[in-house]
Amino acid sequence: MKIMPCPLNGPRNIQEFICAGPVEPHPDPSRCSDDEWAEFVWLEENLAGVVREWWCHAATSYWFIAERNTVTDEILATYPADRVFSERVDFAPLALPEPPAPPEPPKAPAPPPPAEAAADTPAGDAPSDDALPLAPKETGG
Amino acid sequence: MAFGLLKYGLSRRRPVKRFLSARPELRPSYDVAIIGGGGHGLATAYYLAAKHGVRNVAVFDKGWLGGGNTGRNTAIIRSNYLTPEGVAFYEESMRLYRGLSEELDFNILYSERGHFTLAHSDAAMRTSRWRAEVNKHLGVDSEVVGREELARLVPLLNMSDEVRHPVLGALYHPPGALARHDAVAWAYAGRAQELGVEIHTETEVTGINVENGRVTGLETTRGPVACGKAMQAVAGLSGQVARLAGFTLPIRTVPLQACVSLPLKPFLDPIIVSGSLHVYISQSDRGELVMGGATDPYPRYQTSSTLDFMEGLMAHILELFPFMSDVPVLRQWAGMTDMTPDFAPVMGLTPVENYYIDSGWGTWGFKATPVCGNRMAELIATGRVPELIQSFHLDRFRDFSLMGEKGAASVGH
Repeated sequence: MKIMPCPLNGPRNIQEFICAGPVEPHPDPSRCSDDEWAEFVWLEENLAGVVREWWCHAATSYWFIAERNTVTDEILATYPADRVFSERVDFAPLALPEPPAPPEPPKAPAPPPPAEAAADTPAGDAPSDDALPLAPKETGG
Repeated sequence: MAFGLLKYGLSRRRPVKRFLSARPELRPSYDVAIIGGGGHGLATAYYLAAKHGVRNVAVFDKGWLGGGNTGRNTAIIRSNYLTPEGVAFYEESMRLYRGLSEELDFNILYSERGHFTLAHSDAAMRTSRWRAEVNKHLGVDSEVVGREELARLVPLLNMSDEVRHPVLGALYHPPGALARHDAVAWAYAGRAQELGVEIHTETEVTGINVENGRVTGLETTRGPVACGKAMQAVAGLSGQVARLAGFTLPIRTVPLQACVSLPLKPFLDPIIVSGSLHVYISQSDRGELVMGGATDPYPRYQTSSTLDFMEGLMAHILELFPFMSDVPVLRQWAGMTDMTPDFAPVMGLTPVENYYIDSGWGTWGFKATPVCGNRMAELIATGRVPELIQSFHLDRFRDFSLMGEKGAASVGH
């Protein structure tokens, strides 16, 4: 059994968790170009190495951030999501091959989750259930 | 093939022919360089040489022939997809598969077994009917069968109501087939080599040279080569290789696990799939039950096996075939799959000129091996995108014209 150390619930079976994709800067849909938006929605860095991701403990709906190695399957660190916003962790180099512009300086307190993002999540177009969340990286926040 | 066998049987000397020749030295330049020596890459090389006369071709693989997902899949071949584009595409693949042993003079053990996609809910029955109608419209043999018919066709299937997900019916696809997956790679490799294609195993591509937006050559662990055109067919590592060429893909690398049981006497002729239970099972020619399930719950670059997978899979298998509780598992393994958001492949042109891609084959790549080889070879030789693969282009993620093939993925991922 693979164990995920949850910041809220302690060590738990990783089956209780949902991986929701890499932490990456969220472009403003009303100002960015169509290409930028398509890139944000669909394209994947899919790094072989250390990634920083949104995870959710399904039973408690608790969202947090995990750093793990996709090659060795080691979980290196987990911490509450607000640390990204309060401790000025610069995650752009991890999420992007070349940081085009520095991400917006972290604001305190943490901004609320972007409500409009949920509406942009493409609805499942087929009736099978979705165990693997492929798209909802905008779930974070 | 039959005459060859007869001749061999009557021969006094019992001639032994080496099927694949030894790895040659790298030449400085090739017309076409193919990255990835699995089924898709080798098939492309074969069709380039056989149908288009392009013989100055090299196939590079960092490991051995068919050592990736070609040798790790569960060898199911079917064309009962959901979108018209998908159905037409996989139907051509099945047509090619049927004649492949003959064409390549190598027995790939193609056997038509019949393919059942079980439905355990009204929603699943609805999708089955939808798929059956799309299939029939495009000339694919596909039909929805109810409980009685299913119980008659698959007598050992547990039709009891005393399970968590009782079986309501199934989508029946009589031409659904199995084949020996390694044989497909070997056959393509052997025939391609006879036509002049070079196969460089244990030769990893470490760089892709692009000048003025056009591919000019590859860096490999055995030195650089120049090439006029290049193609990548590296399931699982598609994103890594595409990054060498300088572009990004809509692909996550997620492991998919499978296992086989000890060999049993033949009892299961058809292939049984349940999307709701995340299970597929068939019996190989050796008598082993080949079983697979859903992809792993999170992306990884790993081919390790997990107990979680085995427990989950077996719980569902035992609902369908309770008597299998006594059957030991013999082997368990995993492959790294390219999962795309719309469960359809990404193939065709790329942002780099003369650099072609064959990727996004998730959990459905083996059945497409011949058609991919055929159509990618056509694209590389003529420079025009064949209509059959037009809708799988990478740019669909720029203009939001996605495919929506998820309802026909073998299991709900």
